[in-house]
Amino acid sequence: MSNIEIINDTNLDCSFAVFKEVNLTLASGSVLKNFRLAFKTFGKLNDNKTNAILVCHALTGDQYVSGNNPITGRDGWWARMVGPNKPIDTNKFFVICSNVLGGCAGSTGPKEKNENEQDIYGANFPSVTIKDMVNAQSKLLDALEIHQLFSVIGGSMGAMQALQWSIDFPNKIKSVIHIAGALKHSAQNIAFHEVGRQAIMNDVNWYKGNYAKNNSIPERGLAVARMIAHITYLSEDAMRRKFGRKLQSRDIISFGFDADFQIESYLRYQGRSFVERFDANSYLYLTRAMDYFDHSESFKKTLEFINNTNDHLKYLVISFTSDWLFPTRENKEIVEILNSLSKDVSFLEIETDKGHDSFLLDEPDLDFAIKGFLDSNYENEYE
Amino acid sequence: MSMNKIQSIRKDWDLIESLIRDNSRILDIGCGEGDLIQQLEKNLSAKVHGIEKNQELALKAIAKGLSVTHGDAEKDLSQYSNQSFDYVILSQTLQAMVEPKKILNELLRVGSKAIVSFPNFGHWKIRLQLLLKGKMPITEGLPYSWYDTPNIHFFTLKDFQNLCNEMNIVIENSIGLTSKGKQFPIDGSLLSANIITSEAIFLLSYKDFEPIKIKSSNKIFAKNSAIAN
Repeated sequence: MSNIEIINDTNLDCSFAVFKEVNLTLASGSVLKNFRLAFKTFGKLNDNKTNAILVCHALTGDQYVSGNNPITGRDGWWARMVGPNKPIDTNKFFVICSNVLGGCAGSTGPKEKNENEQDIYGANFPSVTIKDMVNAQSKLLDALEIHQLFSVIGGSMGAMQALQWSIDFPNKIKSVIHIAGALKHSAQNIAFHEVGRQAIMNDVNWYKGNYAKNNSIPERGLAVARMIAHITYLSEDAMRRKFGRKLQSRDIISFGFDADFQIESYLRYQGRSFVERFDANSYLYLTRAMDYFDHSESFKKTLEFINNTNDHLKYLVISFTSDWLFPTRENKEIVEILNSLSKDVSFLEIETDKGHDSFLLDEPDLDFAIKGFLDSNYENEYE
Repeated sequence: MSMNKIQSIRKDWDLIESLIRDNSRILDIGCGEGDLIQQLEKNLSAKVHGIEKNQELALKAIAKGLSVTHGDAEKDLSQYSNQSFDYVILSQTLQAMVEPKKILNELLRVGSKAIVSFPNFGHWKIRLQLLLKGKMPITEGLPYSWYDTPNIHFFTLKDFQNLCNEMNIVIENSIGLTSKGKQFPIDGSLLSANIITSEAIFLLSYKDFEPIKIKSSNKIFAKNSAIAN
C-alpha cells in the first residue's frame, strides 16, 4: 500500500493518512482520487490488535476527541469521556478519531485544495454521505492495519456513522455504541438544517461557495445557522432552568434590539465563536450528509440479508428523554428492528433535561453504561 | 471469564433454572439488575435477553454486559418476533401488569414456553388475615399496603389455572412453595395446594402448537391457532 502515507503533524498535533491515486467512489457516483483524513489516536494498540475503538464525531466535531485541541486551545470535545481512567479508558483501549470526509479540521473537504492541488474545492466539492465517511474511515483502518475494531462509538451524526459501520462492515467491528441517533434524519431535522443552510447561502459573502477566492467569509450566515442549530441541541426545560427570562448586563429592558436577554447573548456568543473554528461550506456539506441518511427501509433488509456476518455484533443504543432532535422514539426504532431479528442489543433511555447535547455533557449514567458495556464485553471476550 | 459468585436472592431462581434446558434462548421480563439471566447464562450456556422498566436497574444490567432493553414490557413485547425465544420468564410480575391475559398470550407468542411465577392470593395466611382482621392482607410475599402496592391484579392459584384452561394453555409443570420455602408439585389436589402455596411457578406452553408447512415456500412456520383468535 505504497500509495498511502501516514504523516505526523506536530503543529496540528494529529496525523494525516494521505491516499494518493486511491479511488474513493462516493454514493453520488463522483470519485475522489487524492484524499486525506486527519486523525488522532490515544492509548496503545495491543499486540493482538483487539483493543481498538473508533470514535465518530458529530456534525461540528473533529479528531481532537480528547486532550488539547490546538485549533481552539480548549479541551477535546469528549475529553470527559475519552482518556486515561475515563469511561473509554485509554489505559486499556486504543482510541482512534478521524475528522470526517467533508469536514474542516484537516480531512479532505470543501476548504481544502482539490485533487490537482491547485484551487480550493469550495462548492465544487462533491456531495458526501455518511456512507462515504465510513468508507473513508475503513480505508484509514486498513492503512493502520487494524482488521477489527472492538467498538465503534458515536453520538448524533457520530451515531449515524456507527450504524453505517454495522451495515457496511459488520465483520470489521465487534460492537456498536449508538447514542442519540436515528435510522433516518426526520423531516423536522431536515427543516432546521435547511434554515441554517439558507442563512449561509443568503449571506452576500458566500459567493456561491467560492468565498475563499473572494477573500471573504459568510460569517453572519454561518453564525445564524449555528444559533438555530444550538436551540435544537437544548431543551425547553434546560433553557428555562439556565436562562429563563433573565436579562443580560442590565436591569431593565432596552426597548430595542440589543441582546436584552441572557439567552440572546448566549446564542450570539455561540454563533460568533463557531465562525472562528468552522467552515461554512463544510457546514453545508455535512448537514446535507445527515439529511440524506435514511435506513428506515434498508436497515432491516440489510441485516436479514447479511444475517450470518453480523451475528457476533453487540449493539448498545442510548437515548435521552429531553432530546427532541433525535428522540427516544427514533432511537428505539433501531432497537425494535434488532430485537425483532433476535440480535444482541441493549437499550437505555436516560432521564435528563439537557436535550440532544446530553451526550457531550456530564451524565453519570451515560458514563456508567458506556464503561460497563465496553469493560465487561472486553473482559468476557478476551480476559 | 471472571464472574462474581452470584447469590440467588430470590428463592424461585434455582427452581426456574431447573425448568430450563441448556443452550436455550431466554427472555426475562422485569429482569432487574440481570442477576437471574446472568445466572442462567453462566449455568446453562443460555443466550439471554432482559426487559426492565426501571432506568437504574436496566443501567446496572447493561453495565454488566448483559443484553437488556430498557422499557415497558406491556408495550415493548410486540417488537419481538414469534417464537424467537425458547423460554420467556415472567417472575413475580404478572400481578403488576395492566393486562395479564394479553401478556400471557404475548409470552407464548414470543417464546415456545413461558415460566410464570406469582404470589398466591389464596394462601391460608392471606385468607385468615382477611377473614379475621377484615383488612387487606400483608405478608412476606405481598408486603405492601393497599395504597402503595405495585400489584394491581390479585389472583389465586385456582384463578390462574382456570385462566390457563380458558386460554388453551397447557400447564407442563407447576411447583408450589410454602411460606417457609418448602417446595412441592401442585397436582390435582387443588384445594390444599391453593391453601399452602405461598408462591407458585408454572411452566406453560400452547396446546395446539404444531409446525406446519406453508405451500408457497419451504420454510417451516409455527402455527398457533390460539394467537389467531
